[in-house]
Amino acid sequence: MVRDVGALCAAAVVVGLSFGAIATAAGLPLSQIVVMSAFVYAGGAQFLAVGLVSAGGTALAIILAGLLLNARHLPFGLAVGNETLGGSRWRRVVGSHILTDESVAFALAQDDPARRRRAYWLTGTALFVTWNISSTVGAIVGSTLGDPNRYGIDAAFPAALLALTLPSLKDKIAVRVAVTGAAVALVATPFLPAGLPVLLALLGLAFALPVPSSRTRTTAASGEES
Amino acid sequence: MSWIAIVALAAGTYALRFAGPALRSRITVSEAVKRYLTLAAVALLAALIGTAALLDGTEFVGVARPAGVAVGAVLAWRKLPFVVVVVAAAVTAALLRLAGIQ
Repeated sequence: MVRDVGALCAAAVVVGLSFGAIATAAGLPLSQIVVMSAFVYAGGAQFLAVGLVSAGGTALAIILAGLLLNARHLPFGLAVGNETLGGSRWRRVVGSHILTDESVAFALAQDDPARRRRAYWLTGTALFVTWNISSTVGAIVGSTLGDPNRYGIDAAFPAALLALTLPSLKDKIAVRVAVTGAAVALVATPFLPAGLPVLLALLGLAFALPVPSSRTRTTAASGEES
Repeated sequence: MSWIAIVALAAGTYALRFAGPALRSRITVSEAVKRYLTLAAVALLAALIGTAALLDGTEFVGVARPAGVAVGAVLAWRKLPFVVVVVAAAVTAALLRLAGIQ
């Protein structure tokens, strides 16, 4: 597990360096870059915010766009649950902050609760430390490595999430939910602001609903009439 | 960037992260609901994978990235180690770009 998380961290270093360098180029002071990486701690929302600053976006636009992109963390948190974070209060307070796509995916890929908790905390902590150090270094010295795409990092992250999600696709229903979710998000992306298409993927859950028998349908219909 | 934007974004993001586990600790979740919540996460992850693999913003990203992810997908399906999957995906995309294929 440590080696797996290490591979993800190596990829995150390149992205973090790039974020620091791009944010500096957009005119952000070091203090803001450091605070953002530590307290917002969401790569997608951070890149989006910097992009909006360059495009002359208002503070409100940055806040709304960022929160919409991060809204998926709520259903992710519901899926992970407090058992994975741990019992004590500080574990919940700190554990919530290190919730990312990757820490959730690593946790869900495990079978028993103990391994799940270990995977969540290991991934969450390692990525938090990696992201903060690399984005700060990137802001100070610039990204000496250049564009992350040069190293195929942009392919590494979806492949990593895919490898972690595959074990959850145990039955037909899970496969249908996943395929529909991805399809809905892809179709919706050109028309909706970032973040919303991914949330719409929850429509895929329709495939997991119990199919009402014709009898319950009739009862429901007659109930509405009366 | 204004500090207000950063503070509000940080506070809002933390609230979104904290809400899920906090809500779950307040309600008793049946096995069936637990399964729905896990499937919801699977749907979200699938959507993230799909959009990250194929799109750059709202446009098709080109061949290199999806090809890298596809190689990773096959290796993951063949149950090769996670590190191999991640490295193979990155190397495939990087080599294709080096060969001039975007």
